[in-house]
Amino acid sequence: MSVELFFQYIAAGITYGIIYAIVAIGFNIIYNTTGIINFAQGEFLMLGSMIAISLHNFMPLFPSIVLAVIITMFVGALIELMFIRWLKSPSILRMIIITIGISILIREIALAIWGESVRALPYFTGDEVTSITIGVVKLSPQVLWVVGICILMVLILQIFFQFTLLGRKMRACATNPMAARLCGINTKNMVTLSFMLSALIGAVAGCVVSPITYSQYNMGTGLAIKGFTVAILGGLGNSLAALGGGIVLGLLESFSVWVMPSAYKDAISIAILLIILFVRPTGLFGSKETMALKEF
Amino acid sequence: MRGIKVFLLVFAMVALIVVPAFASDTIKIGAILSVTGPASFLGAPEANTLKMLVDEINAKGGVGGKKIELIIKDSSASPEKAISFAKQLIEEERVFAIIGPSTSGETLKIKGICEKGRTICISCAAAERIVNPVAKYVFKTPQKDSFAARKIFMQMQKMGIKKIGVVVGNTGFGKAGKAQLEKLAPEYGIDIVISEVYDKKATDLTALVTKLKAKGVEAVINWSIVPAQSIIAKNMRQIGFNVPLFQSHGFGNIKYVKAAGAAAEGIIFPAGRLLVAEKLPDNHPQKPVLIKYKRDYESCYHGEASTFGGHAYDALMILVEAIKKAGPDKEKVRDAIENMKGFIGTGGIFNFSPEDHNGLDIDSFEMLTVKNGRFALLER
Repeated sequence: MSVELFFQYIAAGITYGIIYAIVAIGFNIIYNTTGIINFAQGEFLMLGSMIAISLHNFMPLFPSIVLAVIITMFVGALIELMFIRWLKSPSILRMIIITIGISILIREIALAIWGESVRALPYFTGDEVTSITIGVVKLSPQVLWVVGICILMVLILQIFFQFTLLGRKMRACATNPMAARLCGINTKNMVTLSFMLSALIGAVAGCVVSPITYSQYNMGTGLAIKGFTVAILGGLGNSLAALGGGIVLGLLESFSVWVMPSAYKDAISIAILLIILFVRPTGLFGSKETMALKEF
Repeated sequence: MRGIKVFLLVFAMVALIVVPAFASDTIKIGAILSVTGPASFLGAPEANTLKMLVDEINAKGGVGGKKIELIIKDSSASPEKAISFAKQLIEEERVFAIIGPSTSGETLKIKGICEKGRTICISCAAAERIVNPVAKYVFKTPQKDSFAARKIFMQMQKMGIKKIGVVVGNTGFGKAGKAQLEKLAPEYGIDIVISEVYDKKATDLTALVTKLKAKGVEAVINWSIVPAQSIIAKNMRQIGFNVPLFQSHGFGNIKYVKAAGAAAEGIIFPAGRLLVAEKLPDNHPQKPVLIKYKRDYESCYHGEASTFGGHAYDALMILVEAIKKAGPDKEKVRDAIENMKGFIGTGGIFNFSPEDHNGLDIDSFEMLTVKNGRFALLER
């Protein structure tokens, strides 16, 4: 294989990986505050991009994205207020099942509103055929947008969770809700906040990947499965790990297409995921100590 | 005595239910279409077309003095629903004929039911197996899959293309296309050097097109539905892989061109002539039919007419034509359809025979391309 092709596969792998990673980060936020996996995360992506596409009919691209992100955040808060907050004894399993129900609900509502047609936001820079050359590799500029925004989100989240009072409060809720309450943290508000934050991240992710992957009422499911895989692969709860996990999985998929028929792409990536989880149940970048503290 | 009374009562009730069916002055036509669900891009325009045409026919006084009563059932592309609707339409509604289903899978499931119920079924689905082997009561209006494959290969011969790559989505449509292409390629002296299946929900296919590029193919054929058929076009251009891209006849909707944007330019695909009706020469026999259908549909629904709606147009008009000729008698109408020659529809010119229940030939497909975001006839 020529050097050029080798790098082209790497570029393809990074494209896949970064899309998965940007989805995976959203999973981590709610997990960090509540310890649950929000299976409606994919639906936040779908909502964000579909709302932005609808708004883009009336306004320029960037205002419509910002507005769509804000609307999706409110939807996230509404979901928490309606379905999660009033639970008296919210066991982890119960909350997870509720999120599955919510995801089906949102999907059906979206189907009723937007129908089944496939839409997309326009490319942020250039159009469908624009390609930029980096060294020997040709890429769509949109990939760079996704990479840039993904890295930016990871950085901001790291700072938020490590260094701000609010971020620390949110982490405290996940580690030990009882102790957090004793310290005067309103744990319920933190959970609402975490849903808003992950809806925000989902909506931003949905908008930046929309030109590449297209948007449809059921786009969330497929992306959420890959995002979830990546979140587990990297180690749950850590955005940086999600980025790493995403790129690892993306590269695996890309190179599996090189050596095998592409029909096996998903089978290979899931098989490798299983192997990694047998050897390192905490994920590639997770540590045993932090996992031991968590319930799920 | 009591037994006789009960018998008479039951007889009277049965007679009450059955008699109106015979005495009615309408012709009941059932339609099983995927108006919602994954194949709504087929079923919705088909249902719209039928409603529009039935209104138009009834406004003109119906067929042979009888009004048409249309019963549309939405199967949402589920074969199970199609089966139960077919039974309901045949046994309870006692329809004169069934139009649809929209998809091949559903049609193949109800083929036997219509045959047993001696009810004419005119399918709007593409698969060759619907009419091969021939079932006495089952017809179909879309062009055969194999014609699409042959038409593509003929075009490749003209362009001097010898080495190609085939990529398909993992749907029934994609797999059937792959089988046809692989079977027919040797006849045209074309070598398929790489043949790949990808997930229909794939979000990006850059790695796959990189693989195609590495094999040095001279053209690519893609056989899938949205969104993958647009993604492949974009990814090819983005990595600077500029060989001709051929798509299946499933590309025949201007919405897909819009979805692929600038990447759709130059895509070559076979399709019925509806998409290029205005650009046909004036002496083309199909032109008046196509233009009328297109204008009517577009003024009625304010959306672009698609070839799929055209399949329903052909199905209903063939049926109406046969009823006009043979009167409202199921058996005679069936015979009339089977012997119909030279019927000009949107899909082409239909010449049915006892061996051919599709009636279209390879010339019903035209090679189209995309120019400035519009469909255009491919220059020869």
